[in-house]
Amino acid sequence: MSTGKNAADEGLEPAASNQVQIEQICAAFDNDHGRMLDILRAVQDAQRVISQDAILRIAELTGLKPIEVEGVASFYAFLSLTPRGRVTIRLCDDIVDRFAGLAEVQAAFETVLGIKTGETSADGAFSLECTPCIGLCDQAPAAMVNDIVLTSLTPESARLFAARLKDGTRPEDLISDRFDDLTPIERARRMVDNNIRHAGCVLLGDVPQDAGLRAAAAATPAQIIESIERSGLRGCGGAGFATGQKWRFASTAGGHRRFVICNADEGEPGTFKDRVLLTERPRLTIEGMTIAARAVGAREGILYLRGEYVYLRELLEDVLADRRVRGLLGSNILGVDGFDFDVRLQIGAGAYICGAEGALISSCEGLPGEPKTRPPFPTTHGYLGCPTVVNNVETFCHAARIMDGGAKWFFDMGIAGSHGTKLFSVSGDCLNPGVYEWPYGMSIRDMLVAVGGEDAAAVLVGGPSGAMIARDMFHRKLTFDDLSTGGAIVIFSGDRNVLEIVEYYMSFFVHESCGYCTPCRVGNVFLQKAVAKFRAGKANPADIDYMRDLSQTIVETSRCGLGMTSPNPILSTLDNFPLVYSAMVKAPEDRLRATFDIQSAISDARHLAKRRSYIFDKDFGA
Amino acid sequence: MSGLRFEIDGVEIAARDGQTIMEAADAAGVYIPRLCDHEGLRHQGGCRVCTVKCNGRSVAACTEPAPPDAVVENETPHINKMRRDLVEMLFHEGNHLCPICEASGNCELQAMAYRLDMTDPTRFPYLEPCRPVDASHPDIALDTNRCISCGRCIRASQDIDGKGIFGYVGRGIHRHVAVNGPDLAHTDATIDDVAVSADVCPVGCIIRKRVGFSRPIGERDSDHGLIGSNAKAKADD
Amino acid sequence: MTEPRKARVATASLAGCFGCHMAILDMDEHLIDLMQRVEIHRSPLTDIKSFRHRCDIGIIEGGCCNEENVHVLRDFRRNCDVLIALGQCAIMGGLPAMRNAVMHSDAPLRECLEEAYITGRDIRNVTHNIPNDPALPLLLDKVYPCSEVVEIDVQIPGCAPTGDVIFNALSKLLDGKFDGFERESIRFD
Repeated sequence: MSTGKNAADEGLEPAASNQVQIEQICAAFDNDHGRMLDILRAVQDAQRVISQDAILRIAELTGLKPIEVEGVASFYAFLSLTPRGRVTIRLCDDIVDRFAGLAEVQAAFETVLGIKTGETSADGAFSLECTPCIGLCDQAPAAMVNDIVLTSLTPESARLFAARLKDGTRPEDLISDRFDDLTPIERARRMVDNNIRHAGCVLLGDVPQDAGLRAAAAATPAQIIESIERSGLRGCGGAGFATGQKWRFASTAGGHRRFVICNADEGEPGTFKDRVLLTERPRLTIEGMTIAARAVGAREGILYLRGEYVYLRELLEDVLADRRVRGLLGSNILGVDGFDFDVRLQIGAGAYICGAEGALISSCEGLPGEPKTRPPFPTTHGYLGCPTVVNNVETFCHAARIMDGGAKWFFDMGIAGSHGTKLFSVSGDCLNPGVYEWPYGMSIRDMLVAVGGEDAAAVLVGGPSGAMIARDMFHRKLTFDDLSTGGAIVIFSGDRNVLEIVEYYMSFFVHESCGYCTPCRVGNVFLQKAVAKFRAGKANPADIDYMRDLSQTIVETSRCGLGMTSPNPILSTLDNFPLVYSAMVKAPEDRLRATFDIQSAISDARHLAKRRSYIFDKDFGA
Repeated sequence: MSGLRFEIDGVEIAARDGQTIMEAADAAGVYIPRLCDHEGLRHQGGCRVCTVKCNGRSVAACTEPAPPDAVVENETPHINKMRRDLVEMLFHEGNHLCPICEASGNCELQAMAYRLDMTDPTRFPYLEPCRPVDASHPDIALDTNRCISCGRCIRASQDIDGKGIFGYVGRGIHRHVAVNGPDLAHTDATIDDVAVSADVCPVGCIIRKRVGFSRPIGERDSDHGLIGSNAKAKADD
Repeated sequence: MTEPRKARVATASLAGCFGCHMAILDMDEHLIDLMQRVEIHRSPLTDIKSFRHRCDIGIIEGGCCNEENVHVLRDFRRNCDVLIALGQCAIMGGLPAMRNAVMHSDAPLRECLEEAYITGRDIRNVTHNIPNDPALPLLLDKVYPCSEVVEIDVQIPGCAPTGDVIFNALSKLLDGKFDGFERESIRFD
């Protein structure tokens, strides 16, 4: 948003110019509270803070209560109620980044910038923060610097980048000194290596442009849905719902206005295959959305791009503009009368929960990213209460390819119940991290050979909400019915501490719980503390049952998928790595609590009273 | 006539189309424990205390449409154990000192703990958050230490009073109820608001000044039996 | 045949108000029934100050606010088969735990003591000193419920629990039949 400069040019006082800037931003979104996330993102970008004054003005302009605006602003991690630096550096602190040397990189930034993580420099120039997985595990450690990303950081490169930033270099110029001359795709490729290690015939091989869309334009909506149903395509985001069935539900729902939403909020730690598709197959993604729109009778679409992938915004906007010019979006697509569809980009702002379709819809509506009550389901009551299809990026890409290659072609790949190919994001302790397109049905063992990860002691399939499996299960297969995954495969060698991994993932869920329901909001905090007890060697044998028991309550009473799967890092490692836990438990001496530390509990009083303890300082008086 | 039937713990319940499990149960005089739900307010499904098993699947009774011909389990040991966990989580999330709280005896959180027999030594840690007391308003005080984030005040203020005095801010464990202004005195709140009435706040968070401890021991809600024990009588009214 | 040995019971009042001990006495004529079955060993009621025998039941009133409380509680845990937390202070800190509200400040304990002895609105402390006699046990950084310091077997809720609730719970424990409370009798205040 360049609106800030206009206000400044008019010579207004900063406060007044801030207010003008806010008015311009709100006006750009028609003062529509449904676009609150866009408004707040723009204000944050321009002013580096959502101030109380800004909240009052935005509320006034959009007709909301200030508390409602604050509710949105305080929900998203990339929005801030306290000032952030003009350059905000967000280090990805996923466990993969930690194992790849994050601590040294972090120290380099802290030293050169002279601030600790979590701080903003006194002159307002820099903020340094940590953020969960930004979808770059194949080139960790990685970081976001405002809207650009840095990958494969080393302490040396981090020092260099930090020094250049401190000297006033724009973040963009860290990528290339002729950044402004590069095209969006060149910029994206300069920043991020897409590491396509194996291209299958559906998505990453040769893809004829818009062949699927042409076939769909020649077909009736009913024929499209039938094709998708016959192909056996299931959602690729993780849940695996039958795509054709979802489209059929939406197509038969009442109401005139329908929506197609592409879920590009790829937030599951260890997943980055949608990043690759959005960079390498953005047209195919939009093509799939357009086909879905024809199938269900939608005229409006939204591509919800996670805030961490904001570096792809220009690229995607270019693709959308180009397709409008070429008659592939807009009115009468491909000359078909009444085939109208267009797509807007919605950029997220740092909230894993928005990957859940209900939360994603809330977020598109300008609300905090809280899941909606189900039923009703989005196919009948979705975005703005209208029938809505929400599918993952990969699912849309598959749909477009099915319309071209035919349902049978797709159905015949993979194995029964899991048809077609799947993209896998592979990272962690292996020689060749990156994206692999394979038919469903590969065993973990074969996968490990293919990626150079034969030393694996543990494999996390499906990210933390999936399952951590041990060597004795490497014969299991990557299918919906065995090891189901949205695509994340994180490999850990025998050198890694399983409890450290589990504790990290529990802290991730604590950070990302929306807080709507009790078990997920509170229970996960308790679970995290319980794992910490194990790591500290202060757990007792009963704590194993306690964690299982608490997990069960969280799983069975949580309101959405986040809570229902958040105990999985604990549950799957209790099942598959029991020795890791039993090695750390100790029956308490005399039934005293090992977690209570008398020395630290009286430390303050010792200093205040300037004396030692008669009872607990053993050599007192000696 | 449209309608459907299902059973809760073996009792057959008649429901109208569009009713939730809880609405149908209430009408039939079958009590399902709840905290964030309150008569006359929109359902939220946040506290999860009303979790029941509907054909074996966990659902929140307050938001789940009444299921035709389903078997719903309500008061089983397993479900009540999970409910007890949830209530205990709420006790540990805030700072709930019953002995000094003026809502004690008329508190739904406490009453739910009694009903669910929350007396075993706890396994949960106390989170002991640092939360402010807002005594700025001449007639109303907010002691957010006791807030359980049920959001009943939010819905009552939005939907009944038409004021929107309260709202949620923050995320995850930091999500909490806040007021629409720097403090309560700088909102439109008045003592007549439904949102601040004793019924709406289930705990001792929203306090009406100068009337505390007015009901003597022996005459408080908890002195008249377990919460929900009057469900049958209420349904027959 | 010799009569079965009476159960040995020990009691202690930690950071509490002694109200729970008063409540024990409040069971009126039930005391006579109870005393048929138990003998009180270490307790403020007997003024026996240390364990000379292992006890069947230990009853703790109050949480832990100072080092001596911790010492006594641990001593009870080591010397009692069944340890009971009696009343809200023992169970969850109770009124003394109100001071935990200031524990989020930078110097919580100092702030708490200063407010209590020097800066508080209604303080009349002519010495302007915070008591610091060497005989005073050191305070803990905050008030801990008993279950955070040792394992607790049974809790009897209430502030204070009624004599009847205490009598019933103890009777059932002595019978080996304790399985919780009548729900209607549970009180946290």
